[in-house]
Amino acid sequence: MIKLKGLVKQFAGAPRPAVDHLDLDVAAGEVCVLIGPSGCGKTTTMRMVNRLIEPTSGTIEVNGHDVTHMNPVELRRGIGYVIQQVGLFPHMTIAANIATVPHLLGWDETKVARRIDELLQLIGMEPESFRDRYPRELSGGQRQRIGVARALAADPPVLLMDEPFGAIDPINRARVQDEFLKIQRQLKKTVVFVTHDIDEAIKMGDRIALLRDGRLVQQAPPAEMLARPANGFVEDFVGADRALKRLSLITCVSLANPGSVVGAPEVSADTSARDGLAVMLESGARAINLAGGGVVRLEDFFARTG
Amino acid sequence: MLASAWQYIVEHPDRFGAALWRHISLSVAALLIATAIAIPLGIWLARRARVALFAINAANVGRTLPSLAVLALMMPLLGTGFTPALFALTLLALPPILINTYAAVRQVDPDVIDAARGMGMTQREITRGIVVPLAVPVIAAGVRIAAIQVISGAVLAAYIGGGGLGDFITAGIAMMQISLLLVGAIPATLLAIGTDLLFGRVQRALTPRGVG
Repeated sequence: MIKLKGLVKQFAGAPRPAVDHLDLDVAAGEVCVLIGPSGCGKTTTMRMVNRLIEPTSGTIEVNGHDVTHMNPVELRRGIGYVIQQVGLFPHMTIAANIATVPHLLGWDETKVARRIDELLQLIGMEPESFRDRYPRELSGGQRQRIGVARALAADPPVLLMDEPFGAIDPINRARVQDEFLKIQRQLKKTVVFVTHDIDEAIKMGDRIALLRDGRLVQQAPPAEMLARPANGFVEDFVGADRALKRLSLITCVSLANPGSVVGAPEVSADTSARDGLAVMLESGARAINLAGGGVVRLEDFFARTG
Repeated sequence: MLASAWQYIVEHPDRFGAALWRHISLSVAALLIATAIAIPLGIWLARRARVALFAINAANVGRTLPSLAVLALMMPLLGTGFTPALFALTLLALPPILINTYAAVRQVDPDVIDAARGMGMTQREITRGIVVPLAVPVIAAGVRIAAIQVISGAVLAAYIGGGGLGDFITAGIAMMQISLLLVGAIPATLLAIGTDLLFGRVQRALTPRGVG
């Protein structure tokens, strides 16, 4: 869906290119997370996709079309765009904010109104009580959800998200992330997601592309990157607790065997293996029972992380 | 004294009315011209850092010039009468509007602009739909300052034959006739206060909901 080939961005006066011969394919319907230390070129790469930044050389294809041959304004209207600071228009109501792109595309008002309510429902905000409010009357988490709704308004196949949940407190961030994943499973957008938070990358990404100094270091699904880091840099970047991170990607039920252990604590089957292990360690037992049957023993965890 | 000032107005309604009308028309015309120039110029400058530095500094210098000096400088250039007075008052009104417009546009959150661009708004759509509405309260404050300055400055137009309420004041001083002086001074003061109140309301009315 998105194909970057030999992409280079050299900013005037910079000692080295911000993006240096980057090749990257993002398949339709997948969330590709761009991650790396600051200055690695992840945001620059994302902003070249909708031509907020013009590439120095290389090509970018979106849905088979070379974006450099498209009118940038039309291109952007077909790509959802979410940024960390949200950038809601403070002088417009929530409804008007969401309606931005539909209005630019000239939709008729009844269609726009229907779409606004549909999106507010999708993000779990009651249309009657939020439609006519202003951004400043909302919490940070609510604003960010409106930002996502606004990006989805004209139903673009592609979404660009630049640290979209970075400014929200941890508890609300987890909620907004879960909500987005739920929406994404339903809508199957092609998403380029920029973050510097490896936990977020593991949680949100179907694939992670790790960048350093404008170059691609490794590109892999989260589980694979954690299991087989390409080099020492990747290993350091994903962290010393990568074994635990891998457990966070799977549920207890996927490790379970039939039976039960007397005296072991019980957790629900869809608890993440990481949380299950934590419960086990805390209780001092060597196994956990799953509600609804099945047991995960200590050695079952090793089988996954060793 | 107040009574004799009032008596003068009642006895010379034509003369007073003409001066008042001249005062107001001079001020309104100057303000309209200055607004028409300074607002677009300020918006334009906000996106051009280098030219802006020069223009805003010039405006700041312009702001410190005494009103009377500006009017006096017009005389050798344009002579006396309505036109030079209008020209001078326009010059007086430009700096506050220009400086406020520039500052108002610059203070619009860059993330809001980035989001607008990223969603495919054209520069024109961003200026009209986002920047101007968000900048309007501060621009209106600049127009308010300019309006008061012009209404007050218009009193001095009399010195270069521009007419207006200042005619009574200069005549009053020349003839040592305090009541005649008040015929000019009191209405001019009331006009300035009224202008401030009026523009304060305009400013509030123009502030979009959800902002300020």
